[in-house]
Amino acid sequence: MEATKQAYLCEIVSMDEIAEKTFDLRFRCTQMAAEAKVGQFVHIKCGNDINTLLRRPISICDVEGDVMRVIFEVRGEGTALLAQKKVGEQLDVMGPLGRGFNPIEGKCAVIGGGIGTFPLLMLAKSLNAPDVYLGFRNKDRVLLEEDFTSAGGNVTVTTDDGSYGYHGFAIDKLKENLDGVEKIYACGPTPMLKAVQTLSAETGIPAELSMEQRMGCGIGACLTCACKVNGHYAHVCKAGPVFKASEVNLDE
Amino acid sequence: MSNMKVNFAGVEFANPVVTGSGTFGFGKEYGEYVDIAQLGGITLKGLTLAMREGNKPPRIAETPAGILNSVGLQNPGVKYFVSRELPKLAQSGTRLIANIAGNTIEEYCEMAQILSDSAIDLIEMNISCPNVKEGGVAFGVCPDTVERITSAVRKHCKKPLVVKLSPNVTDITETARAAESGGADGISLINTLLGMKIDIKTRRPVLANNVGGLSGPAVKPVAVRMVWQVANAVKLPIIGMGGIMTGEDAVEFLLAGATLVSVGTANFVDPAASIKVRDGIAKYMQENGVSDVNELIGAVKPN
Repeated sequence: MEATKQAYLCEIVSMDEIAEKTFDLRFRCTQMAAEAKVGQFVHIKCGNDINTLLRRPISICDVEGDVMRVIFEVRGEGTALLAQKKVGEQLDVMGPLGRGFNPIEGKCAVIGGGIGTFPLLMLAKSLNAPDVYLGFRNKDRVLLEEDFTSAGGNVTVTTDDGSYGYHGFAIDKLKENLDGVEKIYACGPTPMLKAVQTLSAETGIPAELSMEQRMGCGIGACLTCACKVNGHYAHVCKAGPVFKASEVNLDE
Repeated sequence: MSNMKVNFAGVEFANPVVTGSGTFGFGKEYGEYVDIAQLGGITLKGLTLAMREGNKPPRIAETPAGILNSVGLQNPGVKYFVSRELPKLAQSGTRLIANIAGNTIEEYCEMAQILSDSAIDLIEMNISCPNVKEGGVAFGVCPDTVERITSAVRKHCKKPLVVKLSPNVTDITETARAAESGGADGISLINTLLGMKIDIKTRRPVLANNVGGLSGPAVKPVAVRMVWQVANAVKLPIIGMGGIMTGEDAVEFLLAGATLVSVGTANFVDPAASIKVRDGIAKYMQENGVSDVNELIGAVKPN
């Protein structure tokens, strides 16, 4: 077996804090940009600190020429180290990894919640004027609205507290406008994914959900990022992160 | 040209570097990142007689200089492995070490028998998995049962039999001697140290299984010490492992008395870690005028 893949050293092109603790990172990698498909992720070595050994899986937000764009929230030591990196520094990245979304030609709805909205941008661009529903906690957390609009999406923004857009959950706005929708794509907190799963089961509209789990190797060798699919444990990094809503068990 | 070949229990390895069970799957995934034929060998994901789903997630947590895991031996079962995974692996040009775990002594014997008629080069008997309720570690902590299970499996095993020891014991040399008395052809150590991490916000353990096995640089000094103690206690060759990230780390294990060194957690940090460890050993040899890697095995000069 010949080794054909590698972790790439990529130059950081930009690192901007676009909301509190939320960073918009761009890095250059020609090979990755050429291969990346919608809904895949990259596995980033955040630092050389021995206390953050593991890489961090982060969904691909977009590909711009030979530049990869990811948006991440600082949640722990690893992402905090990543956020400290500067433009021009080298970043150690594996990817693109996993199986992403399967875009179709027909009318689609895309729904994301919080940081789960970021992995949907590249998908929205690949779809034909999709209905896009973006749910956030409050006005300060609303991000990428213009990017999704430029991507050709019919964008609806909701906030939990009503400080921006519609007051309420994104799923409720999606439910009001299901006419002709042939497929739903979702990424967000588990309650949102469950609501999409239920909606899909009730309406018969197929849905794809992007999942998250604590991950090790990122390529399907260590078997830690388990998620129950059709009654058996599959692994988010290799069989996913995107699964059919009809197959995945969100209660475990 | 220096020699990196080592002989382990009658099996020749092109170099002393192998991979750790459970960190390298069945070689397929990392085979895309490293040419596994360049390694001494690979140790395959732990097999059980029947397929196992494994534990509930989360199965992994990061800790200072290490990780905790509680995969729970998820695997497709030994028969599936032999018929579906092994044929391709057998063409890979590297030594193959199967890892087996069972609920009963009979299960270990049956698996050893099935693998004896396969292309596997060595069988590593896991009596030290901390993540399954039945068997596993229950066999590995008491010298009497270690000897009993080793001699029983030895009778059904036509391949060299390596016993993987648990570090979760008071005196590692007791279980090592028991494996030797039972007829083991080699010893591998250490398996993971039982550990725990608690999320202080939720007051819940991070792992769904509450506890898990600690690996990575955090365990390395413990592992080196145990390899050294076992090397002094038994005549069997040793596969040394526990937090090996670099060639320098591997040299420590060789000096402590290991014939083979196993790279595990490091693979997750750098998918090419195993090859880099091999290259690191070669570099150390070159810089220190060592022409044969065998000169390093057990060459520590105790104070």
